[in-house]
Amino acid sequence: MAETGRLIRAAAPAPLLSPVTLLRVAIILVLLAVWEFLAHSGWLYRDVVPSLLTIGHALYGLLSSSGYYFNLGVTAGEIGLALTIGGLSGLAVGLLLGVSPFLSKAYEPYLYYLGPTPKIIFFPIMIMWFGLGVESKIALGALSCFFPVVLSVAAGMRQIDRVLIRVGQSFRASPWQMIVKIYLPAMRHPVINGIRLGLGFALIGTLLAETKLSNKGIGFLIIQAYSVFDMPRMYAMLIVLFVLAIGANALVGRLGGLHSIKRT
Amino acid sequence: MTAAALPRRASETYLPQLVGLGSLVISLLIAEVIIRIGWISQYIVPPPSEIAGSFVRLFLEEHIVYRFFYTSGECLIAGVMITFFGIGIGVLMQRFKLLQQACETWVAALASAPFVLMYPLFMVIFGRNAWTIIMMGFVSALPPVILKTIEGISGTRKVLVNVGRSFNLTGTQQFWKILFPAALPTIFVGIRLGLIFALINIVGTEFLINFGGLGQLIEDLAERYDLAGTYAAICFVILVSVLFFMALEKAERWLRPVD
Repeated sequence: MAETGRLIRAAAPAPLLSPVTLLRVAIILVLLAVWEFLAHSGWLYRDVVPSLLTIGHALYGLLSSSGYYFNLGVTAGEIGLALTIGGLSGLAVGLLLGVSPFLSKAYEPYLYYLGPTPKIIFFPIMIMWFGLGVESKIALGALSCFFPVVLSVAAGMRQIDRVLIRVGQSFRASPWQMIVKIYLPAMRHPVINGIRLGLGFALIGTLLAETKLSNKGIGFLIIQAYSVFDMPRMYAMLIVLFVLAIGANALVGRLGGLHSIKRT
Repeated sequence: MTAAALPRRASETYLPQLVGLGSLVISLLIAEVIIRIGWISQYIVPPPSEIAGSFVRLFLEEHIVYRFFYTSGECLIAGVMITFFGIGIGVLMQRFKLLQQACETWVAALASAPFVLMYPLFMVIFGRNAWTIIMMGFVSALPPVILKTIEGISGTRKVLVNVGRSFNLTGTQQFWKILFPAALPTIFVGIRLGLIFALINIVGTEFLINFGGLGQLIEDLAERYDLAGTYAAICFVILVSVLFFMALEKAERWLRPVD
């Protein structure tokens, strides 16, 4: 009987939606309902919390306007260049610090403590050095991106299996071959993690610089929407921006194979 | 250990630090010379000696001490809020497994979200005042505290939980006497990360909305084109940040049990 009971239980169909999915849907619905209630309650200033329909309209208007894509292109270009400059220089300095314990002890503490300082405060300096155009935004993005990359790469270098390094040395590999064939493949995950963090910081640095002083880019559009009190448009832009930022972060992690790391 | 080995060890320990500090000093000297002879315009980068001289002016004329305490106060309020709400939400999520399974990935995703870009929205909601700055710090610092609280409580050793059960502790006693003390070091890691995020966002928002303490000072001086003052104020903020992180690290080491 017990066996039969077990078989019957095993054959029972799985629920269409798991309890976790149901709870997630419920939370989202409750949040949306609370939002809609606040929008119509009159408790807050008009338009501070616009109705979902208004935000939906603004989102549609935003995504169907060519001007938005031009500004998105400008910001994406700035972030791409910032990531390239900050990421490559971070990689080079990180390799140097990782390969030499002396250099690491001499300079890494400065980078370690400078890393978490608020980079936006350097924007006045960037304006003086690079002007009011896109260059100062790229520079701030690159500066923001540099620190997480350099610290991740240096830490990753120190974690490389000594056996791999000895194998490279026994094959008399040149410094370049050591970097390309041993170091970089062996520390792929820390490098990707650093780039992932760097991307986030580059994005924040670039966009904040745009909100402060710019005439194009998504940051400029956000602050423009604020200055004319176009709240639905601002919400729409923030939604798109958050989706893009979280999506880009996940994409870099997936491309780097971070999801395949075995957790012990 | 031989007597000859001691100085060698000391030189091995301090030589890299000396080289690091020495290169910083030499870089500043080179910058001073290059700027003085006009290879770099003084209207873009003031000489380091002029920047150092501006520090006195920041204390006497720009009330930097008052601004420092203003920003510290904002950080303190944000810190108390992230501690209270972050630990509270983390405990709640850990207590109800279904809630944890449903929301933990969302909180992790929010940890990488660029919250600071919402500052125009916060200005509309709270106005151009200290609450906008505090809330910016609070919202951006909340996810790491929640995640580390969940991690800390979930990682409590089974043997400790069993000891509590063998003493027939109630749920509340089990939490306050076993789970919470065991999770405290990990929770503090979250609070430390949260406070770092809060400080970054608070100073950043002060600069962006031109209101408050140290961030506003930088913006003020830059708008007045007081170059030496701007550089000195930036150096001061960096110094404050570094001391803040060092103090947090010390506190974390003090809390962490010896491995």
